[in-house]
Amino acid sequence: MTMVHGFPRGRTAIVGAATFGIGRCPGVAAVDMAARASMLALADAGLSLKDVDALYTSAPYEALGGMELAEYLGLTPKVVDCNRTGGSAFEVYVQQAALALEAGLIDCALIAYGSNPASNPPPGVGMTQQSPWEAPYKPLAPLSSYALAASRHMHVYGTTRAQLAEVAVAARRWAQLNPEAAVRDPLSIEDVLSARMVSDPLTVRDCCLFNDGAAAVVMVRADRAKDCAKRPIPVLGAAHAVTHREISSMPDLTVTGAAISGPQAFAQAGVTAADIELAMVYDAFTITPILFLEDLGFCPKGEGGRFVADGAIAPGGRLAVNTNGGGLSCVHPGMYGLFLLVEAVRQLRGEAGERQLARAELAVAHGNGGVLSSEATVILARG
Amino acid sequence: MIQPEAEWRAHLAEGRFMIQRSRSTGGHVFYPRIVEPGTGADDLEWVEASGKGVVHALTVVRKKDPAESYTVVLVDLAEGPRMMSRVDGINVDSVRIGMDVTARIVAEGDKPLLVFVPA
Repeated sequence: MTMVHGFPRGRTAIVGAATFGIGRCPGVAAVDMAARASMLALADAGLSLKDVDALYTSAPYEALGGMELAEYLGLTPKVVDCNRTGGSAFEVYVQQAALALEAGLIDCALIAYGSNPASNPPPGVGMTQQSPWEAPYKPLAPLSSYALAASRHMHVYGTTRAQLAEVAVAARRWAQLNPEAAVRDPLSIEDVLSARMVSDPLTVRDCCLFNDGAAAVVMVRADRAKDCAKRPIPVLGAAHAVTHREISSMPDLTVTGAAISGPQAFAQAGVTAADIELAMVYDAFTITPILFLEDLGFCPKGEGGRFVADGAIAPGGRLAVNTNGGGLSCVHPGMYGLFLLVEAVRQLRGEAGERQLARAELAVAHGNGGVLSSEATVILARG
Repeated sequence: MIQPEAEWRAHLAEGRFMIQRSRSTGGHVFYPRIVEPGTGADDLEWVEASGKGVVHALTVVRKKDPAESYTVVLVDLAEGPRMMSRVDGINVDSVRIGMDVTARIVAEGDKPLLVFVPA
């Protein structure tokens, strides 16, 4: 396969990764959490604030959050980005940081996020305006939009509620191996199916958590990465696609932008889904990993439900998916994308403790934003 | 200059379900806007929608008693575009994907709202 692209394959690396305050983090502001995670990630890399010359962050309720965190940390960054691609923002940041590092524009990128909606509820004003074309019909935001996509997938491909439930149960079983995961009590298929229906076909157990959490990663060029404290994790590919904003404008409810970003990122990396040992795929709702596993090429379109059945993505299954417990059982503070990257780094480094995969050479971290609106795929390797 | 949302609402207040069509491409556009998506054509005119549609996707928002549950659907209009709406005039559990539906303008509070009923 020949494909012309400009991505600097393997020429940048994640050298620091950290989480902080997962579950409950009362008494502090979101920016405090982002700052703590930033310092932990820099320490993990053996770097300091003086090394950082680019800052990428999406504050939960502060449109000018890039400047807020720069000021807080006393940084004077050459590049600041606080983009608006929702939960996929952090995979987009990896793409953008890799390009800026490769160009020599910057030398060290800090990607950071903190949010504690569980213990520090946000002000009444939401992050986004309501669509005048959807709001009058009172969809639960964003749940009903994902439910509509799930309904279509079930209608076209015969996907079942039990198959959706498999996603939640697998996430919980991984969470039970992760001391950091917020929810670790047992969960069965029957528990998911019999839970309160919120927006058909999704019950409360088909929905991600809404808790506190912060994370950060640090990126440098590969040559400099060799001098950092931990094993560098090279970035082999990173691509992004936006297909719509509101669910009523999604071109095909069963095909996400991951069908665009995935093949691009895999082509950049020179690998395929068959080579991947760990798929960290944004699990806002149980339908989303099914869609992403199809669109990223782990199974044919329409086969996602059958692919995840019988514990196939749970511990001991055929493909490790969301080994930290995911947004469904570990952490989801509004935007989850950075936690996907941190878990991938931990697995590729061999730092994942009881849930560590026996073989972890290649991982994909796939972020999702909006209502299946923004999709960003990052391919990482064990350096 | 087209005033997309205001003109849509004005038509609806007059009891008319209007959508846009490009004179040059013939493509229908919903929701209303000032250029046709994909082509950029800015020669959009208002035309009466047939009101015919098919339920493309379906969810029921389940409310705790005594509040009533309601549908949220995506409807494929006969003219091509897809829109969010709900299906009235039928039990929420009887609505199906693939069902033929017809548009109705109802009063929602003090505002007109476009919904669908079984065809």
